[in-house]
Amino acid sequence: MTPTKAAGMTRRERYEAQQRKRSLIIAATSTVVVVACLMIFVPMSPGWEKVQRSFFNGGVLADTFPKLLDAFKVNVMIFAWSAPAIAILGLLVALARDAKSPALFPLRIFGAAFTDVFRGVPVILTVYLIGFGIPGLGLPRPWNSPYIWGSLALILTYSAYVAEIFRAGIDSVHQSQRSAALSLGLTERQVMRDVVLPQAIRNVVPSQMNMLIALQKDVSLLSFIGPVEIFRQAGVFKSLTANFTPYVGAAIIFLIVTIPATRYADYLMAKQMRDRS
Amino acid sequence: MAKLSLRGVVKKFGDNTVCDGIDLDVEEGQMVCLIGASGAGKSTLLRCINLLEAVEDGEIFLDGEDIAEPGLNPQGVRARIGMVFQSFNLFPHMTALENAMLAPRRVHGRSKADLVGEVEELFKRFGLADRMHNYPDQLSGGQQQRVAIIRALAMRPEVMLFDEITSALDPQLVGEVLDVLLMLKQQGMTMVLATHEMGFARQAADKVCFLKDGKIIEQGPPELLFGSPQRDETKAFLARALK
Repeated sequence: MTPTKAAGMTRRERYEAQQRKRSLIIAATSTVVVVACLMIFVPMSPGWEKVQRSFFNGGVLADTFPKLLDAFKVNVMIFAWSAPAIAILGLLVALARDAKSPALFPLRIFGAAFTDVFRGVPVILTVYLIGFGIPGLGLPRPWNSPYIWGSLALILTYSAYVAEIFRAGIDSVHQSQRSAALSLGLTERQVMRDVVLPQAIRNVVPSQMNMLIALQKDVSLLSFIGPVEIFRQAGVFKSLTANFTPYVGAAIIFLIVTIPATRYADYLMAKQMRDRS
Repeated sequence: MAKLSLRGVVKKFGDNTVCDGIDLDVEEGQMVCLIGASGAGKSTLLRCINLLEAVEDGEIFLDGEDIAEPGLNPQGVRARIGMVFQSFNLFPHMTALENAMLAPRRVHGRSKADLVGEVEELFKRFGLADRMHNYPDQLSGGQQQRVAIIRALAMRPEVMLFDEITSALDPQLVGEVLDVLLMLKQQGMTMVLATHEMGFARQAADKVCFLKDGKIIEQGPPELLFGSPQRDETKAFLARALK
C-alpha cells in the first residue's frame, strides 16, 4: 500500500479536505472581524442612541407586531387574487403577440401596445391613474372600491412583464420541436398547446417566481389609494407612537416571506442551469 | 401510378437554390435512398415533401394529387406522411407512450383507451415495451430514435421520410435503428431516406439517387449506381464516401 492511501483517502481527497478546512477558517475569521467592527463602530456614531430609540425600540415592536401581521393579511389577500389573474392575462397577451393569422392582427397590435404602455409607466403612476381615475367616474358601491381598481393596476402592469417572460419562454423552445409536431399533422394551435407551451412554461418558472416576489412587495403601493395594508398600518403606528420601529417590523414581516421565496427561485434557477448543461 | 412523384421541384432560401428542379418517382412499397454530400439538398427535399417547406415551383403528387398546390391545407397531407429527424425531436415533457399517442389523439380524434393497445403493440414489435413509460432523457439515442419512428408509425402513414436518422447516433447504436427500417421494408412501407449509410443503401434500397447542388445527378438501382456509376460527380463522391 502506498503512503498516500494511509488515511483511507486518495491524494486528491486529502488535498481537497485540507483546502476546505482552510477556506472555512478564513471565512469564519473574516466574518467575526466584520461583525465586531460593526458592533464597535456603529454605536460609537453620534446619532446612534437616537436611531436605536426611534428605529429599534423593543417595546414598540412588541406592541405593534401582532397588528402589523394582521394588516399583512390584506397584502396576502390582494396578492392571492392578483397572481392568478396576472398569470392568465400575461399568457393571453404573450399568445396575442405571437398570433399569426391576419384576422388576429389587431390582437397583435394590442398585445404590443399593452406591453409597451404598462412596462413604460411606473407602477405607482398606474395605481394612481386607475385607482383614482376609474372610481372617479362615479361608479356605485362596491364598484368604487380601491381594492378592485388598485388590484387591476397591479394586474395590468405585472401582466405586461409576465407576458414578455412567457414570450421569451416560447422562443426558447427549439424550432425542431415545432417541425416534429407539425410533421405529425398537428395544427399550429395544437402545436402551441401540446408541445411548445408546456415546455415554455417550465423553462420560465424561475423567472416568474421572481415576478411573484416583486408583486408581493408592490402590493404595498395600493396603500396610496386607500387599503390599510401593512405599510399603511405601519404608518398609522408611526404617527401614534412617534416612532419608526413599526416600519422595521413591517420590513421584517416582508423578509420572512420573501427570503425563502427568493432562495427557492435561486435554487430553481441553478437547477435549470445544471439540467441544461 | 407512382405512390409519390416529384416533378421539377424548386426550393430557394433567398438567393440560394437548395432544390433545383428535382424529378423523382417512388413506387408503392419502395425504399428510395437519397445520397450526397451535406448541403446537397437531401434534407430540404424531404421537408418539402412533408410540406414543412413551401416549394417555389414544381409539383409533388401523392397518389396522383398535387400536394404542393399553394393554399392546400397541409395537416391532412402530413397526417399521411410520417417523418423522422436526425435529432429525434421527441417531446421531452411526455413519456415515450404519450409521444406516440399525441398525434392520433389530436389529429384523428381517437381516445387514449382506444389507442393504447395498438400503440403498445408497436412498442413491443420494436423491442421497447419495457421503455414505454420512460421520458426521452431516460433513453439512449438509439432508443429515442426508435420511439420517434414509433411515434410517426402510430399515425399509420402511407409514406415515411427519414432524414439522416442515424447521423446523431453512436456507431454501435446505428444497427438497431437500421434494423427497424428493414422490418418496415418487409412490411411493405413506402420510404424515402436521406442517408450517409452507404452500406445500408446498397444492401436495402430499391433505388438510390445521388444529389449534388440541389439536383439529382444520377439515379438507379443500387447495384448499378454503386457498381458502375455513369457520371464523374457520382464516381468522385462514391470514391470519397466508400474510402
